[in-house]
Amino acid sequence: MADTPASDPAYKVDALIAEDIEAYLQLHQNKGLLRFITCGSVDDGKSTLIGRLLYDSKMIFEDQLAALEADSKKVGTQGQEIDFALLVDGLAAEREQGITIDVAYRFFATEKRKFIVADTPGHEQYTRNMVTGASTADLAVILIDARKGVLTQTKRHSFIAHLLGIRHLVLAVNKMDLVDYDQSTFEHIVADYRSFAQEIGIAEFTPIPISGFKGDNIASAPSANTPWYTGPSLIEHLETVEIANAVAQAGSFRMPVQWVNRPNLDFRGFSGLIASGSVKPGDAVRIVPSGKTSTVDRIVTMNGDLDEAVAGQSVTLTLADEVDVSRGSVIAAADDPPESADQFEANVVWLSDQPLIPGRGYWLKLATQTVTATLAQPKYEIDVNSLEHLAAKTLDLNAIGVTEVTTDKPLTFAPYADSRQLGGFVLIDKLTNATVGAGMINFSLRRAQNVHWQSVDITRDQHAGMKNQKPAVLWFTGLSGSGKSTIANMVEKKLFRMNRHTFLLDGDNVRHGLNKDLGFTEQDRIENIRRVGEVAKLMADAGLIVITAFISPFRAERQMVRDMLPDGEFIEVHVDTPLEVAEARDVKGLYAKARAGQLKNFTGIDSPYEEPESPEVRIETTAMTPEEAADLVVDWLLRDS
Amino acid sequence: MKRLTHLERLEAESIHIMREVAAEATKPVMLYSIGKDSAVMLHLAKKAFYPSPPPFPLLHVDTTWKFKDMYALREKSAADAGMELLVHHNPEAEAQGINPFDHGPLHTDMWKTEGLKQALTMHGFDAAFGGARRDEEKSRAKERIFSFRTASHGWDPKNQRPELWNVYNTRKAKGESIRVFPLSNWTELDVWQYIMAENIEIVPLYYAAERPTYEYEGGLFMADDLDRLERVMGKKPDITMRKVRFRTLGCFPLTGAVESEAETLAEVVQEMLLTTTSERQGRVIDKDEGGAGMEKKKQEGYF
Ligand SMILES: Nc1nc2c(ncn2[C@@H]2O[C@H](COP(=O)(O)OP(=O)(O)O)[C@@H](O)[C@H]2O)c(=O)[nH]1
Repeated sequence: MADTPASDPAYKVDALIAEDIEAYLQLHQNKGLLRFITCGSVDDGKSTLIGRLLYDSKMIFEDQLAALEADSKKVGTQGQEIDFALLVDGLAAEREQGITIDVAYRFFATEKRKFIVADTPGHEQYTRNMVTGASTADLAVILIDARKGVLTQTKRHSFIAHLLGIRHLVLAVNKMDLVDYDQSTFEHIVADYRSFAQEIGIAEFTPIPISGFKGDNIASAPSANTPWYTGPSLIEHLETVEIANAVAQAGSFRMPVQWVNRPNLDFRGFSGLIASGSVKPGDAVRIVPSGKTSTVDRIVTMNGDLDEAVAGQSVTLTLADEVDVSRGSVIAAADDPPESADQFEANVVWLSDQPLIPGRGYWLKLATQTVTATLAQPKYEIDVNSLEHLAAKTLDLNAIGVTEVTTDKPLTFAPYADSRQLGGFVLIDKLTNATVGAGMINFSLRRAQNVHWQSVDITRDQHAGMKNQKPAVLWFTGLSGSGKSTIANMVEKKLFRMNRHTFLLDGDNVRHGLNKDLGFTEQDRIENIRRVGEVAKLMADAGLIVITAFISPFRAERQMVRDMLPDGEFIEVHVDTPLEVAEARDVKGLYAKARAGQLKNFTGIDSPYEEPESPEVRIETTAMTPEEAADLVVDWLLRDS
Repeated sequence: MKRLTHLERLEAESIHIMREVAAEATKPVMLYSIGKDSAVMLHLAKKAFYPSPPPFPLLHVDTTWKFKDMYALREKSAADAGMELLVHHNPEAEAQGINPFDHGPLHTDMWKTEGLKQALTMHGFDAAFGGARRDEEKSRAKERIFSFRTASHGWDPKNQRPELWNVYNTRKAKGESIRVFPLSNWTELDVWQYIMAENIEIVPLYYAAERPTYEYEGGLFMADDLDRLERVMGKKPDITMRKVRFRTLGCFPLTGAVESEAETLAEVVQEMLLTTTSERQGRVIDKDEGGAGMEKKKQEGYF
């Protein structure tokens, strides 16, 4: 018989609700908050356990209960008894419908704490869901079926929980009722798990023998069936285990600035969620990355100024001095500021169906900073089952690997092991805006402060002013044989005749020199464009009008070059010639070769061309002569001079 | 070390979410429905941006059938917060005289679902805060805090983004928008406790008082505007004074009253904790379409 919930006084205060509501509310006003994740595979009893926790803490209403009782009889797997799993089995239904399997968040409370449970499916194909759920958890409950012991999936779940920085693991050995509550079975499983845990650096865990179905050692311990067990019940443990916020409070003060609060000229506040440490008025702080120092003047909230604020609170600070602070800055303890760097080693989890493309620019968002980042080919991928390191060229959906990340601007960070807030980042595809990856910084590979930009006395503007022109990059893109080089050459001649200082970078001549080490794989094409982009940028810095003619088939890379340049200086010229026309022209005989299979990765044939969505200039070569096209480009360039 | 309570942690999270939106969205708005969850959301917005007023307007997608007390508090709350209040009435629903008696589910669909889409498109809002919570309903448990909508306001369950840590990806293409739910991790009890702790003003209808009520299709309702009821129902309903209150607030002919003695906040919470039926029982919208109701409404853009 399942325990009736009322028989478990450990976390029942129902009587108080009726007798003295004020006292009840007082008790519940000051609860703490613990977030945890439950990990287990199908049929380990995860849903049953969560359902029981909700049920026992009165999170289930009578109407839901009536439905549950009816469903239990109809479809439950426990005969006439209540099948708690049905309370939370939304995920199972999804699985059948083929909808994205998600993280479901559930809530329950005891008188000591409120709990947020992240419920994620356990299969390997749902690694990304587990990673998501684990990212905010203080604790992980690893469920094991007592009849089966430590399985591959147990190891996978433990590894992911550990990777995501969860400090508290509970090994819940479930279904003890099915092994006659046998002590040696339990101890055997614990010993097995311990040796594995040590291997991956898990120093501590809390093993608890339970039956989610019968209720043993859930609310109170030891249950009559396990007199040999001397540890806490699951709830007791959840109520007392240290919350990650407490650890964060012990660190040095850091607050990433989210928003500058400027209601009028007399008030300038910096709003953010404190990531670690604590702060008081009068504390010396340093603004990173600028390095400027000041002292905290006030901690402003609507309910009055505070004497102190700690990690986990959202506040607004004012400073004693007028220093430059903006979104993305980190206000930190003056004597222990975080590092800034632009190259890191990170653990990366891939979340998208589209594999990682090394070398491609992605948005990287860490706390309140957003920069462009490129990832190198992974050093290795980690097999989440065997934990072996495998060689990898990319990362596919759900893969976890270690790689180098390079950013276009220095990032203020902390190693993930020290701070989830300043060490965890997401990667965003620049075109689809999808969140494609998540990363955890291990350490910086070179400190940004070591690569001081050579400060130059002659500025960019002076270079351009000397030449009496506005620098620009005319970026021609289009299929092979579309007419890019022809038109680009004409444009250069026209500009030259108008006394403009120009330079033409052409696909073929760059490939013979600067980029002769590169082939035509997707990755090499990206690197090709990156280098050309950097060279074009330097020439534009020198005041030149740069003209480039490259197929440059991928939007992301054209966008990358656009992002390198000041606004308005990148002029995308789409030489729009239908494939049939370009192929019919076949000036260099390349299409014929590609069709014959002698040329691999040929754009338009077996490699895609992503058309510009809104180019500054679009040239339909079937509707005009090259001469007319060149005039169009020149007119556009000089339209306001 | 300072031990933060669950309410302090929830508050900090909600404020953080609102500030992210204010910093990254082009034109945000707060959907304001005048209920207790909206009251809490508005209060959090005031705290998030203090001493500035929240840097976005309030939008009430109105059906013209709300309780008078709600309209009164709406005006007062917006003024107190120093925020612009936008009220949208779907002109088609107005022209066709859509009402809860003659038009059933179409009433909600046209005034609210369509009305909301119209208002968002008309003003070009790219982010809209809503007060929905994950504990309200089974299908909400997996809803993201940042929920993406296509240019036509559709919700594609397959196209939602993973949310790690508290790093939110707010990027979107032109025309697309996000619904943001800063109260996702609050439970109903948290909301009540916070109202109590922060002394937040809520519509008096949440407290029991003698009110003119009538019975209709097995439910108990309040005659908030008797003349108007007579016009649509064809006759005046039989009115009895009863001591009632409301667990949720919506259109007065659709929002079931419960007989109650709870006159204070503590008593309301007590009653809430002792009741044995889930909160949304009182609202007709869920019963309409069985359990899948919410999911369907969401896909149509109701939230
Ligand atoms: N005897 C027993 N059965 C259990 C226990 N926990 C779960 N079960 C049963 O194991 C099966 C799978 O449970 P469920 O909670 O759906 O597993 P999930 O897939 O991990 O969510 C169901 O038939 C449950 O009733 C337990 O502690 N003891």
